Amino acid sequence: MSWQISSTSVSQFADQLAEASGVDINVCYQCKKCASGCPIAYAVDYTPVQLLHAARLGLKDLVLSSKAIWLCLACETCVARCPQEVDIVKVMDALRAMALQAGVKPQVPEVASFYRASLRNIRVFGRMYELGLIGQLKLATRELDKDVRLGLEMFKKRKLKMLPDFASLGKASGIFSRARKLERR
Amino acid sequence: MRYGYYPGCSLHSTAREYDASLRAVCRRLDIELAEITGWVCCGSSATHAASKHLGVALPLHNLAEAERQGLGEVLVPCAACYSRFKLAWHEVERQPALRGEVEAILEHQFREEIGIVHPLEVLDSSSVRRQLASLGEGNLSGLKVVCYYGCLLSRPPKVTRFDSGEYPQSMDRMLGLLGASVLDWGYRTDCCGASFSLTRTDIVRRLSHDILEGAREVGADAIVVACPLCHLNLDARQRDIEKEYGVRYNLPIYYFTQLLGYAIGVPSQDLMLERHFVDPRGLLEKVGPLWSPSVR
Ligand code: SF4
Ligand code: SF4
Repeated sequence: MSWQISSTSVSQFADQLAEASGVDINVCYQCKKCASGCPIAYAVDYTPVQLLHAARLGLKDLVLSSKAIWLCLACETCVARCPQEVDIVKVMDALRAMALQAGVKPQVPEVASFYRASLRNIRVFGRMYELGLIGQLKLATRELDKDVRLGLEMFKKRKLKMLPDFASLGKASGIFSRARKLERR
Repeated sequence: MRYGYYPGCSLHSTAREYDASLRAVCRRLDIELAEITGWVCCGSSATHAASKHLGVALPLHNLAEAERQGLGEVLVPCAACYSRFKLAWHEVERQPALRGEVEAILEHQFREEIGIVHPLEVLDSSSVRRQLASLGEGNLSGLKVVCYYGCLLSRPPKVTRFDSGEYPQSMDRMLGLLGASVLDWGYRTDCCGASFSLTRTDIVRRLSHDILEGAREVGADAIVVACPLCHLNLDARQRDIEKEYGVRYNLPIYYFTQLLGYAIGVPSQDLMLERHFVDPRGLLEKVGPLWSPSVR
């Protein structure tokens, strides 16, 4: 006997998610293996299994305004262990993008700022310029005193460069603009 | 043997000791590394979260450069970059439409699949193992270590195809061959919290604390790593972790290339051990004197 999930029993949101991420979350059978190995399960509002369940119920607001989508470390533990091969990291990527698009305020703003600052850094320099990144992040989050001691020690040990690496200056900007143009189409 | 070499951003800054020791070990083993000119950042965790095309195009730009420069297989020592490269290739391989789009973005058409390898894979081959044994067999005896592979070398196993997903052993084998006592433990592929190194340091400290604790429980004198982000979290943050949890670990964190280099007689200046936060030199001196630049 074969079973078919009727279109009324799955949420539109799950369909949108499939479209955006290429992952069909309806195959998840709620075994919780993803949640049991997730290193940030202790810190999140919803574990991956709960988040998927909510998405299938169409609880879009709850999912997009969760902390979990910003706290996922992309460590791939859940992806490696899921018996149904649900690519949760791709789902998380798509959910963050959807949240930003829908204008939902990121629930872990420092992580969102970090992503934004990293992107700008790569676009301009082609390579990561840690000192510039840290500066931008401090301005965005206003946590000016965070990790100052560690930063100074790293500087002394020359683990942080004074100046950016200019060898690939501007090399990434063309890739950025062509990718953006394509995605706007 | 010759490889295209992609150091990535960390090996040019926080992890210069990994870069220098890897290059020195390869020189000693007659493995030639030709750095890809014009390489760009692989995009790290930030880009794939922001744009599907960018997350794939940035790593593949480097493979395109390698192909244009006729470099063949590409060696990627940073586990995070390695994973981004492998994931990106995996995506375009399975989706011809995406491949076309990315090739247009890169203004390059790939002629063939370009191999992506991590130094642990290259140095674990039987011929290199023979070389290592003849150059340094037994030179690490007296050293009790655990090997920490972290998340991204082995996961997802279907994509990286590295060693084993849950229980990799290539590093254990290599160091065992050189005489180290490599202890078994439960944290070899756990996550140190790498992506939050600059943001949610509370999470990094907690996850890295568990790893340090796991190493101490089995009686290790040091942890050996193969990723610059793991190194940063376990070494540079160790003092903060000790303070927060009221413990004292003082556990040196080595890159596996530093121990390999030490065992096969790479000059100490190429190991750059003085750059670590937890001084790793004392422990090695117990095993034997560090090689001075003149000894070769
Ligand atoms: S491991 Fe896979 S099938 Fe199991 S609950 Fe998580 S996503 Fe669903
Ligand atoms: S990838 Fe994200 S959701 Fe999956 S186990 Fe890691 S932190 Fe948890």
